[in-house]
Amino acid sequence: MSAMTIAEKILAQHSGKESVSPGDLLFAKVDRILGTDVTASLSIQVFKDMGAEKVFDPSLLVLVNDHFVPAKDIQAAQLSKNMRQFAHEQGVDAYFEVGRSGICHSIVPDQGLVKPGDLLVGADSHTCTYGAVGALATGVGSTDMAAAWALGELWFRVPSTIRVEVTGKLKPFVGAKDVILHVISKLGVDGALYKVLEFHGDTIEAMNIDERITISNMAVEAGAKSGIIPSDEITLTYMKEVGVHDAQLLDADPDAHYDSVLRVDVSDLKPQVAKPYLPSNAVDVDEVVGQQLEQVVIGSCTNGRVSDFEVAWRLLQGKKVHPSTRLLIIPSTREIFQQLMANGWANDFVEAGAVITPSTCGPCIGGHMGVLAEEETGLYTTNRNFVGRNGHPTSKVFLSGPAVAAVSAIRGKITNPEVMF
Amino acid sequence: MQTVIKGKVWKYGDDINTDVIFPGKYTYTVNDPAEMGEHAMEDLDPDFAANVQQNDVILAGKNFGCGSSREQAAVCLKVKGVGAIIASTFSRIYFRNGVNVGMPLITNRDAYDHFEHGDSIEIDFEKGEIRGEKGTFKFPPFNEFFFGIIDAGGLIPYTRKRIQEENR
Repeated sequence: MSAMTIAEKILAQHSGKESVSPGDLLFAKVDRILGTDVTASLSIQVFKDMGAEKVFDPSLLVLVNDHFVPAKDIQAAQLSKNMRQFAHEQGVDAYFEVGRSGICHSIVPDQGLVKPGDLLVGADSHTCTYGAVGALATGVGSTDMAAAWALGELWFRVPSTIRVEVTGKLKPFVGAKDVILHVISKLGVDGALYKVLEFHGDTIEAMNIDERITISNMAVEAGAKSGIIPSDEITLTYMKEVGVHDAQLLDADPDAHYDSVLRVDVSDLKPQVAKPYLPSNAVDVDEVVGQQLEQVVIGSCTNGRVSDFEVAWRLLQGKKVHPSTRLLIIPSTREIFQQLMANGWANDFVEAGAVITPSTCGPCIGGHMGVLAEEETGLYTTNRNFVGRNGHPTSKVFLSGPAVAAVSAIRGKITNPEVMF
Repeated sequence: MQTVIKGKVWKYGDDINTDVIFPGKYTYTVNDPAEMGEHAMEDLDPDFAANVQQNDVILAGKNFGCGSSREQAAVCLKVKGVGAIIASTFSRIYFRNGVNVGMPLITNRDAYDHFEHGDSIEIDFEKGEIRGEKGTFKFPPFNEFFFGIIDAGGLIPYTRKRIQEENR
């Protein structure tokens, strides 16, 4: 049996093979299939066109209301209604309703619906997030999702893997987002096309699950199929917290074959900001300080977790958001929002002048609840800043981690937290 | 599905995007697959749709099908009878869409370096060979799963077939 990367091990195991190699085409059983209010309806139509009546196994399905909820308009309400009816007809337990829901990429791990070694597909490009707990997870289209619902399996082309070694202790105000923006700037938006990024090194090993989620979440911004982190004791502790007691340690074989190895020393890394209109446009924050901001958003599937809000709260408590700037705080799930309230942070954010929105993808996709007008500029902790993504085509979005976002909201312009404190 | 096909090469460059394969302006107005075929490659090669023959092969450089996720860009070539697309690399979404509509896709760099527009070539899917006067080039043979989808005409008919078999 040949040595394998983590992705190769997972695909071999799920296709009943001893070993697989990059380029192999195979059918593999999936452990979960994620759909959201924006993608499930299309798949339901395809599912019916396939002549399917019952899903292969309702326990494989996860259906989350997060993109246009609470319903933005009649059309969005209909999309959620279609998904709700389908979940009911098919007996899907993992259906998440508004109020008990959240952003899918926080819901899936926090509800114990993914574990190390799992193979997961989702009709959402940031499905790659679950690499944070050692799963191979990737985004697929609506036809693929419908076929997976019907068959419990899907075809895959075994991707090659780029090993990313991240080493060094991060400086104050520098976090996981700065690391991944820096890595993507080295790879380019298509630098990992059809490949998997496998993250190693002492910087990654020192990160908690929230931080690892930020890393894996953005793998797709370098074109990657997924971004996987080996599971370790930190992973297993988290899995127990979310009620999964059979999680295993998982790493690549020592002599596994990699497409290439990228070594990044982050000991001197400065806070990073990705300029419009690509996530790969990361520069040191100093290069863009002073840029006026109409809106700052802290949240999303990239940076909407307790650790992210803790970073923001430390910088924002007792301060005021600049009069010409709007600050949106989006806790990813109900439980994260409850934590913000229990810690008193929610009140401090509101005192500072922020608005706390429901758990939604809204502003990140320019959907609702904080869309940008013509010529407006934002600084978001989200994952994409393509032309028009967050509002009017002439609007601009810079991407950063929560520390830069928090101090920039106070100053009303892009600010380096190292200088401010 | 035929395990060996013979046809002529239509050669194009790198980064052939979905807008030139199937212009975005038609995505809202054209729903009939046969009509989609009439607009295939319209903005890149106006002769293509009128002259392409059954089992002809598209040969392209890197990143074929980059851009939008529109499935029409795969459907329009299939309905025109294109027997396979050989490219140095495919965009990930195009690769999935291509297989899902039943189009054989072959990733091979050597063919691009050796064959020219109008050359006659033969593709053997079972043996994994591209053959022509300028040489024989290997690719990983299509396994039975992959054959299953292509043979059925795509992922939707393939799934339909499996559901029917399981219900029998």
